[in-house]
Amino acid sequence: MAVVAASGCAPAGGQGPGRRAAALGHSPAGGGLAGLLAGVLACVLAGCAGPVSTLQPAGPAAREAAQLWWGMLTVGVIVLIGVVALWLHALRRPSAMVGPAEAKRITLLWLVGGGLLLPGFTLIALLAFGIPAGHRMLPLPLAGGEAPLRIEVIGHQWWWEVHYPDSGVVLADELHLPAGQPVDVVVRSADVIHSFWIPRLAGKIDMVPGRSNLIRLQADEAGEYRGQCAEYCGVSHAFMVLRVVAHEPAAYAAWQQERGG
Amino acid sequence: MSGEASDWPRPRGGGKGEGGGAGTGAADKVPQSSDGDPDPARLHEDFNAVWGNPRGWRSVTIVNHTAIGLRFMLTGLGFFLFGGLLAMLIRTQLALPGHTIMTPEVYAQVFTMHGTVMMFLFAVPMMEGLAVYLLPKMLGARDLVFPRLSALGYWCYLFGGLILCASLFLGIAPDAGWFMYTPLASATYTPGPNSDFWLIGITFVEISAVSAGVELAVSILRARAPGMSLDKMPLYAWYILTMAMMIIIGFPPLILGSILLELERAAGMPFFDPTRGGDPILWQHLFWLFGHPEVYIIFLPAAGIVSTLLPVFARRPIVGYAWVVVAVLTTGFISFGLWVHHMFTVGIPMLAQAFFSAASMLVAIPTAIQVFSWIATLWLGRPVFHLPMLWLTGFLVIFVAGGLTGVMLALVPFDWQVHDTHFVVAHMHYVLVGGMFFPLIAGLYYWLPHFSGRMASPALGRWGFWLVFGGFNLNFLVMHWTGLLGMPRRVNTYEAGLGWDLPNLVSSIGGFIMAAGVVTVLADILLHFRFGRPAPDNPWQADTLEWATALPPSPYNFISLPRVEGRHPLWDQPGIGRELAAGRGGLAVIDHGRRETWGTDPASGEVREIIHLPGNTALPFLAALSLAALCIALLAKAYGVALAAAVVVAGLLLRWSWENGAHPAAAPDARTAPGDPPLHSRTADGPGLWGMALTLLADGALYLALLFGWFYLWTVGPTWQVPEGGGMAGSAGRLLLAAAVVHTLAQFGMRRMARGGALRHGAAAFAAVAAGGALALGLVYAALQAAALVVTATAHDAVIAVVLGYSLAHLGMATAVTLLQALRVRRGYVGLEAPYEPLVVARLWHYNGGVLWSSYAALVLFPPAWGGAWGGV
Ligand code: HEM
Ligand SMILES: [Cu+2]
Ligand SMILES: [Cu+2]
Repeated sequence: MAVVAASGCAPAGGQGPGRRAAALGHSPAGGGLAGLLAGVLACVLAGCAGPVSTLQPAGPAAREAAQLWWGMLTVGVIVLIGVVALWLHALRRPSAMVGPAEAKRITLLWLVGGGLLLPGFTLIALLAFGIPAGHRMLPLPLAGGEAPLRIEVIGHQWWWEVHYPDSGVVLADELHLPAGQPVDVVVRSADVIHSFWIPRLAGKIDMVPGRSNLIRLQADEAGEYRGQCAEYCGVSHAFMVLRVVAHEPAAYAAWQQERGG
Repeated sequence: MSGEASDWPRPRGGGKGEGGGAGTGAADKVPQSSDGDPDPARLHEDFNAVWGNPRGWRSVTIVNHTAIGLRFMLTGLGFFLFGGLLAMLIRTQLALPGHTIMTPEVYAQVFTMHGTVMMFLFAVPMMEGLAVYLLPKMLGARDLVFPRLSALGYWCYLFGGLILCASLFLGIAPDAGWFMYTPLASATYTPGPNSDFWLIGITFVEISAVSAGVELAVSILRARAPGMSLDKMPLYAWYILTMAMMIIIGFPPLILGSILLELERAAGMPFFDPTRGGDPILWQHLFWLFGHPEVYIIFLPAAGIVSTLLPVFARRPIVGYAWVVVAVLTTGFISFGLWVHHMFTVGIPMLAQAFFSAASMLVAIPTAIQVFSWIATLWLGRPVFHLPMLWLTGFLVIFVAGGLTGVMLALVPFDWQVHDTHFVVAHMHYVLVGGMFFPLIAGLYYWLPHFSGRMASPALGRWGFWLVFGGFNLNFLVMHWTGLLGMPRRVNTYEAGLGWDLPNLVSSIGGFIMAAGVVTVLADILLHFRFGRPAPDNPWQADTLEWATALPPSPYNFISLPRVEGRHPLWDQPGIGRELAAGRGGLAVIDHGRRETWGTDPASGEVREIIHLPGNTALPFLAALSLAALCIALLAKAYGVALAAAVVVAGLLLRWSWENGAHPAAAPDARTAPGDPPLHSRTADGPGLWGMALTLLADGALYLALLFGWFYLWTVGPTWQVPEGGGMAGSAGRLLLAAAVVHTLAQFGMRRMARGGALRHGAAAFAAVAAGGALALGLVYAALQAAALVVTATAHDAVIAVVLGYSLAHLGMATAVTLLQALRVRRGYVGLEAPYEPLVVARLWHYNGGVLWSSYAALVLFPPAWGGAWGGV
């Protein structure tokens, strides 16, 4: 357990599976407030490292999601403890006889303060962080104007068909991509709904027959990652796994050359 | 809210008369006008002669709400145990990596059935059952206003549930997850009958939910104690009213979706098939349009239990009654605008996602208002701690935690990560178990004396609580972590070394501890029926009227009906129970042989008429039995048998509506006591008007969901195809227009009949109106023919066929009941003294008129306006 814990929960970037120890010493929280409390609690519970752990992100989108989690966990724990403490205190409090006017004042205080203001402000704060974070994850045009690499993935019961339109390379159950640069993945389905998900790189996107969806991925460093189908798609859903390999850009080019040529 | 501090409970003297019977006739201190009270024991006997429940096989004829409510709850408990057993199977399989005690096929059936059973056969019916049992008592009435409908609902629930669960034993249970996403659930990818069991079984059970919804809403609005204006209603009634309205509006989209998917599976009509112009995402919209409100349909009645119990244990009225009412209504309203938060990963435009994200978070506000009202109530009260309070405290901890993860999930970028993982499984159990199961157990303990006349033991109960609470958190708190570590939901097993081994083992251990806790609680409850000490009157010193009945109550609840002056009748008049049992309230006569309760004004609660209620009858049982036969025939694809069963159902329902109103079986004697208002069937204002209105609301929700599908496919369906030629252009459209015009004329005729024309023109005029309906029906049928639809070729033609089929069914129904009215006029059941039924029937006509015109607009006017490719328009 201690070993797992020591392997760290750092949302900070870029550990391949073999390099988890490097996470030691990073701050567990990228998001300011989300501090030790959350990190310690979490690591004591079970550790957050793992080949498909969203809490050991290896790409910008997954990292932002993990940061959101740590921040929300911190605020959530505080709110939960606060509300439960209030409840327990109210239960045990020696009953003071309050007059009707005083009762009215207290009522208003609780209802306006706890019922309106507390959730109101929390939600505004949450959206203020969340909407921009979601926006940054979108496959928007890049600043430089050049188009990111495009890969097409088609879900089948129960395997992944991976196409590289630029080079004509076709793979099964394996996705190769260059590290350190954004990649757009177009997903489709050949049969039922699947969901394309590489937890350490980014969130998931459904593969829906009749539609194409787009998701942007980026692996910060070369290494192996694991993708898996997230939408129940039939009996072998649990085994619909995708091997993801991020290469250094030069190695990626070489790999494409070799496969495509 | 002004008088809040003044209506504190007054402690009552130690009344400790034994429960059972109708009170002991002790001398009463509160004087009231009474001229020689009759003997209470005699009164009880006389009332029981009219209201009593038969035993043996005749007990299938019982329609009384107390019996039906208990049946709902017992059956719900049975399904809960079944669903719990399935949960234990799941947890056993997931306890260790690579553990395969079940094949993937079986595992899929087990998790699908676990979710389905828990949501549809446990949570919703349990909450309805409790409401059916409690509401009339709390409102000071003798029964719900449509007792036969309660019975029908119960039997549909039982038979539907049994059919559904039987599939698991046959090894052909639904296996595509409890939300049946298509194409996985379609005939191509699930060729066996698995999905059919879900679609047909759940639709059957849904009849029960919708009928309970109509029943509860009308009863709350129209059958309260005199004087109980809306602002004096117990909070529980507000919660149930909201739940009932949500069921009425929220379930029809699922019923429609299920019908469409079943039509796709059985008849090849491609509503959701993208290769023929359909869209699988439409199913998701229809499902979650229901599915999100569903979780509030489950939570709100549970919160109603909290708001009922908490003030009693805090020994003061709830703080902020009006705030809570507004919060509950707002929750119901908002919850219809959130469904897309279950679909953040399907590729919906970002702007829409942001909107639904913010809207989803908004529900936190009314929920927080309730939580803080509860805290403030404890704060300002003088709380006493009994076992139910322990469960309420557990509820608070777990539910607030679940609410917080819910807000997290509403944040789109975070949801993209944890959607469809065990994080979501953990979240939903926090809100479902915390928000529904814990208050339910609190409520069961609280109302136990009502069911049994006895009190439960505190010791065993505490053990049960701590086992459930501890086991639950061990199981599901850790499961959040499993999800964050990347474990998708619905995987039948997993490899070792992904970091999931330990948390899964811990979860499974927690699950078993929780199961032990559930068994302890059940043992406690069972034992108490034997060993519990007899309950005193009003054992918790509660304020609501259900504690003014005998413990356990008689089927009629009250010998005579109370009048209510404030929000807390039993705190205001602690002796009211004995008063009523002595016959000193309203409607204390029974020699007319009618079951009666007050019909009151929806807002002010003042008396408007006497509602007379039908007695025991086998019709609901037989109707449900034939419906079950219909379902089984559909499952077996024996369509001839299905047609025969449908005819039997229709016959039974017509018979049912025949024995209504002024029919001798319904009200043998129309005389009422001097000073009392008339019977509802002799006025123009009975509860049936409301029943019809709310049924049509449900019907309208279904129809709107259908139009939603049509417009959805036209505007955003990615592979929408409009076939060349045919369709509603040309003569089909003109025929539909003609049908709408003819119907409008007939509708005017119906309106005149409803306004009293029935009295002057009699049966022949009804027959003429019915003929108009039949003509409109024929024209719609001609339109269907002229459209030359190829329903298996495109979703376009399939939807048109359903829209027209819907009109045909409705016109047929209206024509039939109007003919029945003609007959009833001839028999004298409808006429000068009984002017009420034509008003009810007229509502159906107006509704149908609306349907025809909007179908015309949607099918004929909309497509060219949108720019559809129609050569000939
Ligand atoms: C008694 C303790 C319970 C345990 C141990 C338990 C366990 C589980 C587990 C492990 C799953 C995930 C299955 C999977 O994704 O493979 C699940 C799914 C589910 N549970 Fe429970 N559950 C319990 C009680 C309940 C209750 C009381 C409800 C509702 C009122 C409920 C509603 C659901 C639903 C709706 C699903 C989703 C099913 C699906 O994915 O199709 N559960 N449960
Ligand atoms: Cu899958
Ligand atoms: Cu929801």
